Amino acid sequence: MLTNRNHDRLKKEAVRYLGYGKNAVDERISALIDRAFLELESVVNPKCIYRIFDLNSVEQNQIHFSQVTIKSTSLGRNLKGCEKIVLFGATLGIGVDQLMARKAITDMAGAVIMQSCAAALLEEYCDECQERISEEVRKEGRFLRPRFSPGYGDFPIDFQGKLMQILDCAKHIGLTMTESYMMTPVKSVTAVIGVSATDAGCRKVPCEECVKKDCKYRRNRTVMKG
Amino acid sequence: MIRDDLGKKLLFFDGGMGTLLQERGLKPGELPEVWNLEHGEEVSAIHQAYIEAGSDIILTNTFGANALKFHDGRYSVKGVIEAAVSHVKTAVERGAGGRKIYIALDVGPTGKLLKPMGDLAFEEAYEAFKEVMIYGEAAGADLIHIETMSDTYEIKAAVLAAKENTKLPVFVTAVFDERQKLLTGADIPAFVSLLEGLRVDALGVNCGLGPKQMMPIVEKLQKYASIPVIVKPNAGLPKQKDGKTVYEIEPDVFAEMMEEIVKKGATIIGGCCGTTPAHLKVLTERCRNISLKAIEKKAFTIISSYGKTVVFGKGSKIIGERINPTGKKRFKQALKDHDMDYILKEGIIQEDNGAHILDVNVGLPDINEVSMMTEAVTALQSVTSLPLQIDTVNPEAMEKALRIYNGKAMVNSVSGKQESMDAVFPLIQKYGGVVIGLTLDENGIPETAEGRLHVAQKIINEAAKYGIEKKDIVIDALAMTISSEPQGALVTLETLRRIRQELEVHTVLGVSNISFGLPNRPIINSNFYTMAMFNGLSAGIINPSSEEMMKSYYAYHALMNLDENCTRYIENYGVQASGFIPTKSVENGKPDSGMTLRSAIERGLKDEAERLARGLVREQKPLDIINVELIPALDSVGKGFEKGTVFLPQLLMSADAAKGAFDVLKEGMASEESGVKKKEKVILATVKGDIHDIGKNIVKVLLENYSFDVIDLGKDVAPEKILEEAQKQHVGLVGLSALMTTTVVSMEETIRLLNEQLPECKVMVGGAVLNQEYADMIGADFYGKDAMQSVYYAQKLFEKKENL
Repeated sequence: MLTNRNHDRLKKEAVRYLGYGKNAVDERISALIDRAFLELESVVNPKCIYRIFDLNSVEQNQIHFSQVTIKSTSLGRNLKGCEKIVLFGATLGIGVDQLMARKAITDMAGAVIMQSCAAALLEEYCDECQERISEEVRKEGRFLRPRFSPGYGDFPIDFQGKLMQILDCAKHIGLTMTESYMMTPVKSVTAVIGVSATDAGCRKVPCEECVKKDCKYRRNRTVMKG
Repeated sequence: MIRDDLGKKLLFFDGGMGTLLQERGLKPGELPEVWNLEHGEEVSAIHQAYIEAGSDIILTNTFGANALKFHDGRYSVKGVIEAAVSHVKTAVERGAGGRKIYIALDVGPTGKLLKPMGDLAFEEAYEAFKEVMIYGEAAGADLIHIETMSDTYEIKAAVLAAKENTKLPVFVTAVFDERQKLLTGADIPAFVSLLEGLRVDALGVNCGLGPKQMMPIVEKLQKYASIPVIVKPNAGLPKQKDGKTVYEIEPDVFAEMMEEIVKKGATIIGGCCGTTPAHLKVLTERCRNISLKAIEKKAFTIISSYGKTVVFGKGSKIIGERINPTGKKRFKQALKDHDMDYILKEGIIQEDNGAHILDVNVGLPDINEVSMMTEAVTALQSVTSLPLQIDTVNPEAMEKALRIYNGKAMVNSVSGKQESMDAVFPLIQKYGGVVIGLTLDENGIPETAEGRLHVAQKIINEAAKYGIEKKDIVIDALAMTISSEPQGALVTLETLRRIRQELEVHTVLGVSNISFGLPNRPIINSNFYTMAMFNGLSAGIINPSSEEMMKSYYAYHALMNLDENCTRYIENYGVQASGFIPTKSVENGKPDSGMTLRSAIERGLKDEAERLARGLVREQKPLDIINVELIPALDSVGKGFEKGTVFLPQLLMSADAAKGAFDVLKEGMASEESGVKKKEKVILATVKGDIHDIGKNIVKVLLENYSFDVIDLGKDVAPEKILEEAQKQHVGLVGLSALMTTTVVSMEETIRLLNEQLPECKVMVGGAVLNQEYADMIGADFYGKDAMQSVYYAQKLFEKKENL
């Protein structure tokens, strides 16, 4: 499914997650990445769920919809000018966790590669889901903003609990979280997506927006290591 | 009593509750159970509408009423459940007109994932369910309906809670997707065999799909189940409309499809999301008078785990025998050292080599077998989905393991001795399982096949008293060594044949006993294995890593037309074997002829490094090889990693190659030589609340490489546990990992505790959210920005100590 269609892009992302920056991988690692995608393919069970709500208001640091209030300046900025908000949850399923646990016992290099490939696969799947939602709102002449997840900027992580409850993620897609807000299955995403009448034009919250400028996973990293 | 009607009379559940409450004003995210106390009339009215539509069983509005999911602050779980039951009673009084209506306590999932993948302990889930069950029975429910479950482990906790704390009948339905699996991986035979093993009263499917998509699932349930099947579909697949979830199948279409489902054998039906009293009215009118067929008993011998099912029958199954300390020095040591990774590797290797089931025996005189058994079973189930065979003579270990096992286990074993049967059968009766019956009793092992059959029959008869059917018994025909018993093989083979033919039960055998005391045992073992399979061996307890045994296995199945197109045979022995890319054949990794051990390690070539080490050790002292080849190689890779010319996967592959070489050298070292340098102990743990352990595992691999003795406490480890181990083992350095801001709190707590109780112990920390500033703030002695930094710190720390 996912991997055949977009193999090159997926692989590029996996390499980035492995910390290679702009360096190329050698053929051996490249072959291991291909194999990891193959193995993942046989265990992933991707599922997503979403619901669209009318936004009551978006103030600078407060977002209101339905009976819900979120306090966050970063999210306020992200949703500025939006009329609706999509609550979104997605997961690759528990099979990935099991495969990674097993790899960690016998082959740590393989486990690290697997983890990066799974992360790439998850992003790709979320993009696909988002594209479907995008098509739906486009029929009404509306556009999607980039996904914005609890924990980004000052968007409180504990909204994740509320989001999962509203969508009933556990029941519909088997997505749950621990007491410390870690998602289980591990390869999962929760996010909100703004819907507006104007096209903001970008698909993702760019890496560049993050304050962690020395992050080695940063896309197009310009800051050199000291 | 509803049990009298089950399977004899078509019974109707009600339909959706959530969707109807939403129509009456339930807000997204609002807890529906709160309505029992704030809008009781509305809840009763819905129940009454279903009763008037013809429903026989009404579910209380308690789906999310458990302590793990229902967090309200104003109302208690008890109050919610009592009110919920009373609303059904009110509705019965108003609407039943004397018709018998059953009140079903509705029990939904906790919304949390159980360990080892999640953070909810099995017993915590059990306790939460237990409370619900007790309140429900006390309030007057007639039965317990556990529904919308996605995880066999959570189902097991809920069913045990219901059965151990109430006398009520128990129904269970789960959500299957189009793959015919639960979200956590169980297939239909696994689900059915687990629940029938736990002796529930009815089982089936609800939610997730519409009636049409459920048809193939119903057929499969029917194929395996010997108890009544429940079917409660949604009114079609959900669609989004104006920000709302809608279900579009109309009542008459729904009823028509449900009629077909009843004809397929379902005997308890109703609706789930999107179905309304209107659906139920048409449904009951249409289906009420369909006459039911009697439910057939099925005879499949099935064991399962959360993700795999083994159905005995076609061909012979392989039970891997290697997780067993008998006669294995290294394994005994691993048990004493509590080296769980070693045990897990034994499991994974056997799975990779073709085992279908893993035998688990961890009995050793000087260890606590009860805790070791439960720990091993839990750990194995986190890395392999093969069903396990619990192998112990300790009834307490057997019970604890059966309780926490996720699935329907195989049990090794019961014998014809009365004492053994009295101890084992009650456990099988309670937890389910397929038990191996040894053909021996108080009089020893019968010398003839006739005698062994007699014991087997005795075991079967005694089991029947507990309601344990023949399908859940597998008889061990016992292989006696031919070196002392010339007739041994002949008697065993005859026993196998006759057990299958005359008693019609499956068979098992510890195959390699046959050659005890003879030279070149694999020759005898593998030939006897073939003969045993030919005479009806359903499952052989063997070593799947033995090439000879596996050759017999694949050849037998190919010859007997049990391997279609000889596919598996060709896969294993064809010229172009294996679709996998062996790393050493990939170009960059191709060893050149003049390669040194050092460069093999630098390039991460494990096989090559081992081979070269084996060669070098014949000429040089192991310690010299370590100093000249291994350490410089590791140093150069480590430096490359720091500079950004070597990347994490390569670093880890080099570590693996170095470890391989080191293991070879260790074999060659005289004991006094290897004991020269005392290994420094380092504890590693992912802090409480944190379940991501990949970072910690990377550090572990590297520290081990640099000869540290790593005590890995795993993930989600409580501060007290870390302190306790550090004290007990006199550890000078603890490494902690945390991924998120939410778990750095427990990291801080752990550091505080260590500093207070064990001030001489240093703490190093790492993880995605940490940085130097943050690490200083929580009082860590060192922040490792990557895995190598932690190694360097550990080295420096202990060098300093040595110099003091």
